[in-house]
Amino acid sequence: MTTTDLLKLEAFLPAVTAEERAITDVYCADLLSWAMGNAPEDGAWCTVMGNVNAVAVAALADVAVIVLCENAELAEDAKQKAAGQGVNIVTTALPAFKAALAIAQAAGLVKP
Amino acid sequence: MADIHLEYVVPEDDFTRAGEASADLKARLKKLGLSSEAIRKVSISLYEGEINLAIHAKGGRISVDVAPDNVHMCLRDDGPGIPDVALAMREGYSTAPDEVRSLGFGAGMGLPNMKKYADEFEIESTVGVGTTVCMRVFV
Ligand SMILES: Nc1ncnc2c1ncn2[C@@H]1O[C@H](COP(=O)(O)OP(=O)(O)OP(=O)(O)O)[C@@H](O)[C@H]1O
Ligand SMILES: [Mg+2]
Repeated sequence: MTTTDLLKLEAFLPAVTAEERAITDVYCADLLSWAMGNAPEDGAWCTVMGNVNAVAVAALADVAVIVLCENAELAEDAKQKAAGQGVNIVTTALPAFKAALAIAQAAGLVKP
Repeated sequence: MADIHLEYVVPEDDFTRAGEASADLKARLKKLGLSSEAIRKVSISLYEGEINLAIHAKGGRISVDVAPDNVHMCLRDDGPGIPDVALAMREGYSTAPDEVRSLGFGAGMGLPNMKKYADEFEIESTVGVGTTVCMRVFV
């Protein structure tokens, strides 16, 4: 599954669309150093942190996309930074577990 | 490839800018054609160090040397120093203030991440004088 495919799922809306990336894993965390140390490269990172620091972590850990859950706010400077650094961001009303499950099912990582 | 020397200044408490050195280095290493694994290791360890300078010290200085087979990074600050380095190195230990915790920092995983992702890691700290962290990643 790719970041483009992710946006075909009803629950996910585009916030910043950069280069299309393959999604090969899903990861949930809100503490930035946990995400920095453990978010898988090419993973969809489900979080409620929508600030510039989350964008920096996503860029440096090279995740495929930030999935901003529970309609958490995406700060304007974070949005600009993401566009500048080529970080994909989608938003969703779903909480992290349900978002991760939906992505994992769509990506064939778990059985529906 | 000739050795490349880079220097960065990290300002105090500026979380919008903290991360700029890591992002800049990452872009340069990408241009040099380093493996994505090496770049990831450098990026993660430098970012954690950079953020620690902004949060725990009063900012600081970073020097980077890129050689054909390794990237060497040193972060120096004149901050408060760390009274018990072994304790600070433990996963989950953090003295981060509430206002930075609300930004997502303060898991107490920064130093452990640096040790995990750098191939060589050294830390020296003197209370009232400052802290120096040097890391090397083989590429
Ligand atoms: N440069 C520094 N100067 C003074 N104290 C430091 C410095 N770097 C780290 N420390 C001390 O070591 C502790 C642990 O650092 P570490 O990076 O592991 O966690 P953190 O910064 O508190 O949280 P996280 O990195 O997970 O967001 C800090 O809370 C702080 O007390
Ligand atoms: Mg830290």
